[in-house]
Amino acid sequence: MPKQKLLVLYAASSSPDSPVGAWSVFDGTGRERHMAGDQDEPPYSSVLAAMRDGWRVIQLPPLQAAAPGAEHETAFLPYEFVLEKLVES
Amino acid sequence: MAPARRLTSLQVAGFVADGVLRFDGIVPRAVGDAALAELAAGGPPSPFGADPASPANAWPGRPLAGLFRDWPALAAVIELPAVAAVIESLIGPAPIYDHHYTHVIAPRQEWSQPWHADAILDPRRAAFDIQLCFFFHDTPREMGGTMVLPGSHLRRVNEAAIARYQNFVGQQAMACPAGSLLVCHHGIWHCGQPNRTDRSRTMFKLRLNPSVPQRLLWDTSDLRDPRIGRILSRDHLWYGHEVRLEIANRIRLWRALTGDPGFDVDRWLTRLENEPR
Repeated sequence: MPKQKLLVLYAASSSPDSPVGAWSVFDGTGRERHMAGDQDEPPYSSVLAAMRDGWRVIQLPPLQAAAPGAEHETAFLPYEFVLEKLVES
Repeated sequence: MAPARRLTSLQVAGFVADGVLRFDGIVPRAVGDAALAELAAGGPPSPFGADPASPANAWPGRPLAGLFRDWPALAAVIELPAVAAVIESLIGPAPIYDHHYTHVIAPRQEWSQPWHADAILDPRRAAFDIQLCFFFHDTPREMGGTMVLPGSHLRRVNEAAIARYQNFVGQQAMACPAGSLLVCHHGIWHCGQPNRTDRSRTMFKLRLNPSVPQRLLWDTSDLRDPRIGRILSRDHLWYGHEVRLEIANRIRLWRALTGDPGFDVDRWLTRLENEPR
């Protein structure tokens, strides 16, 4: 039965064609084990490039107005795109 | 021994921009070897997770000076003029001991610690603690060491809430020669890397708090160097178009550290502060 593989790409802006600044891979098949600091280069230059390689986008980052009084606060990466592939295991 | 020169404004600006400063080989080999031997023999007990009856529990909040007197090699490391100058430049002449911990990563430890920031979400803007990470032995990349994310220190996250992230453009593993020191802002995102060698890896971490306002504590003879603006404007790339927010927050910290409320770069804050009445 197919199992889910997730690719999480953190883009420079809300656009899927903007450059990737951070990424994670979670492999539900158990074949690959990824962890912090295990790759030096992103697997794709953009979300769009990953889509062209067969990854399906299952989450677009919502666009949220800055909280009043905290307009310049930064914390988590705001442009998180979640993509999946279903892989036979 | 004559005191070493304190950090320059360019170095402190680099710390404000990156959240880290690196000093390769700042600890002489003999001093570092002696410190490693003390740590291997049990070292000073860490208050982190210590038994409530342990003397180590009385250390946090006390002046650093003299605390390590029963561990002369570690005391010698902390009192090295070059190390003391770094400490004084960032948090002042009378640092407060927060805690220390000796991280020992076993041989063939294939697991990476998740990305995290230490302690809890810290809302301070004008003050910061520093964490000194000493690597007393050679630490090649296959041995780890600690990985840091330059430019992450001003982002407000709580501990391992960032554990979902695995890799960033610009992440840096501390692969270094023996005797190296990584000085981190308390908010830096970091993770201990796997040790794929047959030797254990030791990193001695010491967290210190300021006891004085952190204002112009370094060698300010280059305070007007025009390169400071460019340093504060560094783009680490991984945070995308939020770079301008990062620069604005660095300008705020630089204003606090210099006592110059009018300092700016590219008018990022000045135009926001212009509200004619």
